[in-house]
Amino acid sequence: MSVQAQKIAAVVAGVLAIGVGIGAYVTFLTGGPTPYQVPVANTASGKSVNLTLQTVATIGPKLAPNDAWVSYLIRENGVWHRSTVWTLPANTVVHVTLYNYDGQSGLRNPFLSQARGLVGGSFQLNGKSMTSINPDVASHTFAIPGLGLIVPIMGVDGNAKNQCGDAPCNVSMAHETITFSFNTGKKGHYRWQCFVPCALGFLYGFGGPMQTIGYMDGFVNVV
Amino acid sequence: MSSSAADGNRRHALRIAALTVIATAIALPLVILVLGPNMPPGKDTTAGVSQVFDNTVLLVVMTPFTMFILIFILYSVLAFRVRPGDNDQRDGAAIRGHMPSQIVWLATTTAAVLFLAIFGSAELLASNGAGGGEGPKPIAKPSGSVFQVQVIGQQWEFTYRYPSYGGVETAQLVLPVGQEIEFHVTSLDAVHSFWAYELGVKADANPGVDNVAFVKVKKPGTFQIRCAELCGLWHGYMFDTGRVVSQSQFATWIAGQQRTFAGSQQYLPKYSLTYTPDPQDRAG
Amino acid sequence: MKLRRLIGFNLLTAVILGVIGFYVGWWLGSLFTSESVAYLKESNQHDISLFIGYFTGVLGFLVGLGFANYPVQRMLGKPASLREKETQGKTRYLGLCTDHKVVGLQYLIGIGAFIFIGGLNAMLIRYELITPNQHAWNGNNYLTLVGLHGTMMMGMMTSGILGPFANYLVPIMIGARRMAFPRIEALTFWLLMAAGAILMTAIAFGGFPTGWTGYAPLIDQANMGVDAYIAFFAIVGLSMCLLGLNMVATVITMRAPGMTWGRLPIFVWGQFSTAILMLLAPPVLISTLLMVMLDRTAQTGFFNDQIGGSSYLYENLFWFFGHPEVYILALPGMGILLEILPVFTRKPLWGYKLAVSGLMGIALLSWLVWQHHLFMSGINADLRPFYMLSTELISLPTGFIFICALGTLWAGRIRLTSPMLFCLAWLFNFLIGGLSGVFLSDVPSDVTTHGSFFSMAHFHYTIMGALLFSFFGGIYFWLPKMTGIKLNERLAKAHFWVMFISFNCTFGPLLVIGFLGMPRRAVTYAGYLQGANTWVSVSAFFLGGSMLIFIFNFVWSLVFVREPAGDNPWNSKSIEWQLPSPVPVHNFDRIPTFGPDPYPYGNVGSDAVPSMPAVTPARPTQ
Repeated sequence: MSVQAQKIAAVVAGVLAIGVGIGAYVTFLTGGPTPYQVPVANTASGKSVNLTLQTVATIGPKLAPNDAWVSYLIRENGVWHRSTVWTLPANTVVHVTLYNYDGQSGLRNPFLSQARGLVGGSFQLNGKSMTSINPDVASHTFAIPGLGLIVPIMGVDGNAKNQCGDAPCNVSMAHETITFSFNTGKKGHYRWQCFVPCALGFLYGFGGPMQTIGYMDGFVNVV
Repeated sequence: MSSSAADGNRRHALRIAALTVIATAIALPLVILVLGPNMPPGKDTTAGVSQVFDNTVLLVVMTPFTMFILIFILYSVLAFRVRPGDNDQRDGAAIRGHMPSQIVWLATTTAAVLFLAIFGSAELLASNGAGGGEGPKPIAKPSGSVFQVQVIGQQWEFTYRYPSYGGVETAQLVLPVGQEIEFHVTSLDAVHSFWAYELGVKADANPGVDNVAFVKVKKPGTFQIRCAELCGLWHGYMFDTGRVVSQSQFATWIAGQQRTFAGSQQYLPKYSLTYTPDPQDRAG
Repeated sequence: MKLRRLIGFNLLTAVILGVIGFYVGWWLGSLFTSESVAYLKESNQHDISLFIGYFTGVLGFLVGLGFANYPVQRMLGKPASLREKETQGKTRYLGLCTDHKVVGLQYLIGIGAFIFIGGLNAMLIRYELITPNQHAWNGNNYLTLVGLHGTMMMGMMTSGILGPFANYLVPIMIGARRMAFPRIEALTFWLLMAAGAILMTAIAFGGFPTGWTGYAPLIDQANMGVDAYIAFFAIVGLSMCLLGLNMVATVITMRAPGMTWGRLPIFVWGQFSTAILMLLAPPVLISTLLMVMLDRTAQTGFFNDQIGGSSYLYENLFWFFGHPEVYILALPGMGILLEILPVFTRKPLWGYKLAVSGLMGIALLSWLVWQHHLFMSGINADLRPFYMLSTELISLPTGFIFICALGTLWAGRIRLTSPMLFCLAWLFNFLIGGLSGVFLSDVPSDVTTHGSFFSMAHFHYTIMGALLFSFFGGIYFWLPKMTGIKLNERLAKAHFWVMFISFNCTFGPLLVIGFLGMPRRAVTYAGYLQGANTWVSVSAFFLGGSMLIFIFNFVWSLVFVREPAGDNPWNSKSIEWQLPSPVPVHNFDRIPTFGPDPYPYGNVGSDAVPSMPAVTPARPTQ
């Protein structure tokens, strides 16, 4: 090849290499689960949505690269997925059923053990209606600060039998069941998070899974 | 330098001086009357008023220098540019310095800087800290009674405690109008910063530290609260809206809060200026 | 290319040994098996392995390049030698070469590549900020993008002018054949490249949420990705410290006869004042990062207030380094500005002594102002008026630079070439940057602007608007000398105008947005700011596009057109332009003797100081 052609080839190769690099980088950045569009049920009293969640102590290697991290899971079409970005319809009541299989960690700020922003003002813990729990036995919270919503999640007693290991867990194992309802209100984009410092091994318990979307944090798109 | 060149330079100097004076004369009234009073964060609070005044004075001092420099550069580039076709190889005037100009520049900039430093310090002290966090031992404080409220930053939400109402903790910040307010800002974990924009208040929340800031709000309304120090994943979402209401509305509201949050109230630690929360949750 | 030539101490060997070194270090780290370490590993924190891996990786990289050869040879009793692969062949640019001119060009390409990556991250950040509620990138990645952009830029631009330009030009300008420590000079370059590679691996370990300032205790809490940030900055600090050491030693000890302090070109004064700061400030950073590393691995409590540490300790230590750091960024650009202006106004530098005292005054005062980053942190309120005064005072020596630049423009014969345009833009941008700094230095005003986009726009105006513009001015000015090839002047001017206009369209509105209440590093913002943010993002894309014009010009002119530049295309009277382009290996045949005037411009006539040649070099016989 002539020198000129060699130069052109080298420059083109360089540009392509850079392009591939940038493409790979951007693909990596946009990676992640697609938002789960929660199906809407039309009842006599209007639209309603059911959300079934579980919180686990260890997510396990099948569902996440960080196999020892705590995590939320959501049941989509009967299958448990590790997905924390959900799309909900506006002005709809969302009924949430949450199965907690994780142990008791304790809240850093006991104020957050009192529920706020719920339809009816209270949640059901194993069938009993309550507005707050002892902060020392809280395992997680589900909170959407932008909607003024927070619900404390009671933890499984340390001495309970048949505790769950890796996710997904099923109801035959030791768990607490919490149900609550909230209204989505008008359109918006909100973040949700857990407030219990349950990320063991991280300073203040707030690193790792507590600071990673897909485990203990996520988004709620109200459309 | 030949005398005609010297005359030419004197003409240029006079033109630059004249343009500077004219530009400053146009800009200063605009700055003082139009830009200044509309500077953020607004004049609804004592801190806001002092910041707006401070910003106006800064603008006024900066304007002549800015006009001079910009006009000088623009004029020089236009007047002294080598036109195409001109003999490119000739040099410019061999001026290595000019002591009177240097002295005038040094004197005026020093005077401006010293004035601004003294003025800023005086303004800071006279306005009870202008809404900024002064640490646990503030030196610029209001005399007379203050209304205390504690702002607790945690990852990733602000909560608020009112010590004179039994230390009740709330998720919303509501303040009574017309009272001198003493914020005590602290954190339970990482470093946050409590920034109440329209109030003109900003105080960093450090764990184990009580950061005090003062403000008095002149009329009721709402204000934005944003976290202004990077604190992790949801730093950008750590925002809130606060309200300023009349004394009676505040009394009603706080009573309601005490009733609603009686459940968690029993578990709260006693009100204190800093907290050492448990659990710490490091290794094991 | 012969296969034989690939075997030996070169970049390929270095990369291979670096990767091997990393895995050896990782394995060494995994041998720590205490109970608490095992607990951390369960939650996927392998900080000890990662730190040791990075350390041994860099060692392997340096050994592969051949940095261990000289010490080992001396230990084995072989005689001292100075020159390593410095004379022939293009491949000397790809390895350890002690020719200061080669190191200068290596720096230019290396820093250029990493700045490109940092700038790409900036484009991605602005893409995210077009709307407040739609997230372009997976929500976990925004803070990593912000941190990668800031950290890469800060780490690279601190050596951005001393690396390429000072290494190349300072020995020539003072009449020396080399820097005081050529091997250390090469080491600083390769350390910087290794550090850049380490920072890029941050994304493989989960990114980091702390931004470039790395505040504790958030940095103690973060994932493994922040170890890449810590290792990067520590190595960059070491590289800076050694570069400063080399520069200071060279300027003090290796000046040719006749080159007294009062005759040093102002460019050398700019780099010298910077080098003093570069020598003294980074050790504080390295110590601070060591403390963070210990907090994350050995679980000490330096910054954990619940076991006796303090977040203030980090803030003060970091900013004690951090403030001289930003003057390390600003001063070299001032040196370039004042060096180029005389050439394109055909006048001596106005107020030489004033300019020197301005540069050294900034260097001195930069140590006394760092608490202005902590005005709202809750520091002792008695301190704030003092630091307000010291910060405002630093605008005085900065003003000297301005008046000297204005005096040099006065009554000149101004040629608006591309380097000159970049210098004029420096004056405009640094004026805005400096004035916004006055707002920030005033505590009542700082209450609203601290931690907001106003502060971010301020430092972008001074670091990008001033430093990066003078960086490009220096490239367009000196690249013909370094390579012997002209860059296309029309493309250069197109680059300038697109960059200047889009830069001001990007960061001017950000000054306003900051005042309107948008905090920094926030992935979402109030709805009424969306229009402004969209405008800023689009302008930022044009700003990135202007860099593409530069890259096109660079490749087109240097690879394809290759028009010879000649020895003195700008008709400058400075010594480097009296030598051939590119400058030959040994710089001069005979060490030159310098005349009394570094800027012998000026009308020849009865009133004028007679124009004397600045140097009497011997033209090399090459």
